[in-house]
Amino acid sequence: MIRGRRLGILFLLSAIVIVVAPLLGSQTLWFDTLINAPPGSHLHDIFWRIRVPRVLLSLLGGAALAVSGLAFQAIFRNPLATPYTLGVSMGASLGAAVYVIFGIPFVLWRISGESLFAFLGAGLSVVIVYGLTRIRRDFSTITMLLAGVAVSFCFSSIILFLQYIGDYSHTYRIVRWLMGGLEVVGYDGVLNVLPFVAIGSLILAGLSRELNLLTAGEDIAASRGVNVRRIRKVVFFATSLMIGGVVSACGPIGFIGMMVPHICRLLLGTEHRVLVPASLIFGGAFLVLCDTVARVAIAPAEIPVGIITAMIGGPFFLWLLLISNAPRK
Amino acid sequence: MNGEHALVVDEIDCRIGPQTILDRVSFTLQNGRHLIIIGPNGAGKTTLLKCLMRILPTTAGRITVQDRPLTTYTQKGLAKQISYVPQTTGRALECTTYEFVAMGRYPYLNALWGLRRKDKQLIDQALELTGTSKLVDQSLDTLSGGERQRVCIAAALAQEAKILLLDEPTTFLDPLYQTHIQQLIERLNRTLGLTVVSVTHDINGAVLWSDQILALKQGRVAFSGTSTELMDNGVLSDIYGKQFLFTTHPQTGERLIAPDGRAG
Repeated sequence: MIRGRRLGILFLLSAIVIVVAPLLGSQTLWFDTLINAPPGSHLHDIFWRIRVPRVLLSLLGGAALAVSGLAFQAIFRNPLATPYTLGVSMGASLGAAVYVIFGIPFVLWRISGESLFAFLGAGLSVVIVYGLTRIRRDFSTITMLLAGVAVSFCFSSIILFLQYIGDYSHTYRIVRWLMGGLEVVGYDGVLNVLPFVAIGSLILAGLSRELNLLTAGEDIAASRGVNVRRIRKVVFFATSLMIGGVVSACGPIGFIGMMVPHICRLLLGTEHRVLVPASLIFGGAFLVLCDTVARVAIAPAEIPVGIITAMIGGPFFLWLLLISNAPRK
Repeated sequence: MNGEHALVVDEIDCRIGPQTILDRVSFTLQNGRHLIIIGPNGAGKTTLLKCLMRILPTTAGRITVQDRPLTTYTQKGLAKQISYVPQTTGRALECTTYEFVAMGRYPYLNALWGLRRKDKQLIDQALELTGTSKLVDQSLDTLSGGERQRVCIAAALAQEAKILLLDEPTTFLDPLYQTHIQQLIERLNRTLGLTVVSVTHDINGAVLWSDQILALKQGRVAFSGTSTELMDNGVLSDIYGKQFLFTTHPQTGERLIAPDGRAG
């Protein structure tokens, strides 16, 4: 029952964060000011066209990053498995960097060229890492993780090279992109990311039992009837697509994919039918919180959100490790 | 309907990379019998179990389960026929005993439904049979080696499969627990009529408990037969490359086998 109470508190806190976040910013809006403001006023614009879409994008991005980390950690049985260690984020970053340096600005179906290239880059890294495991069928999960790390390093050195040969404005754009950001106006960004997150999350939620079994080990999972190879493939691709979509819109926001699932596990145990929704909500709310801090801390200027996620999350996670006491049942 | 033959293994090979782990291994096992697999370390015993559970692919030969080719089963379908208790490793899970045993019901569940009454009954039954009912709320990582082994067997029983594969079920246990687990396996075999395939290094146990013994050596079948035949001259020394001494237990009259510790 401890688990139920903790889950309740987590949901409640998340809900509070999500409701309060759009009110805060360089100018604090209160509900009554909003209601009393004449229709079409700039206050409405700030609230509905800038803050709410941004909170929604953070919510989707955080949820996707967290649940992807959870799924990767389960199928690889390794606490370090995240979209980052597997090269997906670096692939996306490389795509964006290539576009910035060489790209001709274009927009396709409301999707910016930068996002499209980022998505292609994410796909490239997935194909490389997964292709390696197809060539060598006996690849262990550790080898696959190492392959991901190697691909990441390789990509990041290419990004550095591109920055080096690029001019200052290009370099600045790339560096800024790598820090992650959620600046959107209007709902296009949100609507572009939504299908990726919705489909990916539904697939993972439907595979909760399989994730439980894979956490117990491949042999156990196979002997209980899980088609390990197929499930791993489905999870790997669903998750990578979701991350590709999110990273192409928000940049590679670190930390959430690794820490949120850990925090959920420390608080809630190992049942994925609980962990999947919990990571979605908590991950989403956590990114909303970080982005709010990023907007408010040195207002009217903003801090890139990737810096905040690690600054808030790191110490919090260390504190949790110290006091942790996972509930049994 | 179950046929006569629980398992028919016909000249299977298993290669991993350049290495041949199993080389033309064959045996037949009737329903309800207890097959014990022995052999030196690295002989391919665990690999054989993993091929039966389709955790590893075979590269040649044919396996049939209840007279149906292994390849025609889905993994879930196979899990309804065979359950597998891997060798206990050091790494323990943080889930509770109940959660772990409940995972045995996986092949019968779909993504939407939770456990139904029948599932819960079978889980309770499995817990009771293995004497682990008291441990349901404990986390697996707080259990002793013997308790954990019994919980693993309980999870396999919850799976309702007629064939039970056990990989060195007693290896890391103290003598008292070894006996407990042996007796439990015997009960499952004799009373519940489960077909059991177990891997062990305990030759005396193999002689005492098995209906049938298979010895592997460097991936090949070195011996296949009954315990009496195993004690024929030279069979064991062929398998292990070492002389063995045979004697009779002074109280029980059971045959005892020990590797000859003297030179040679």
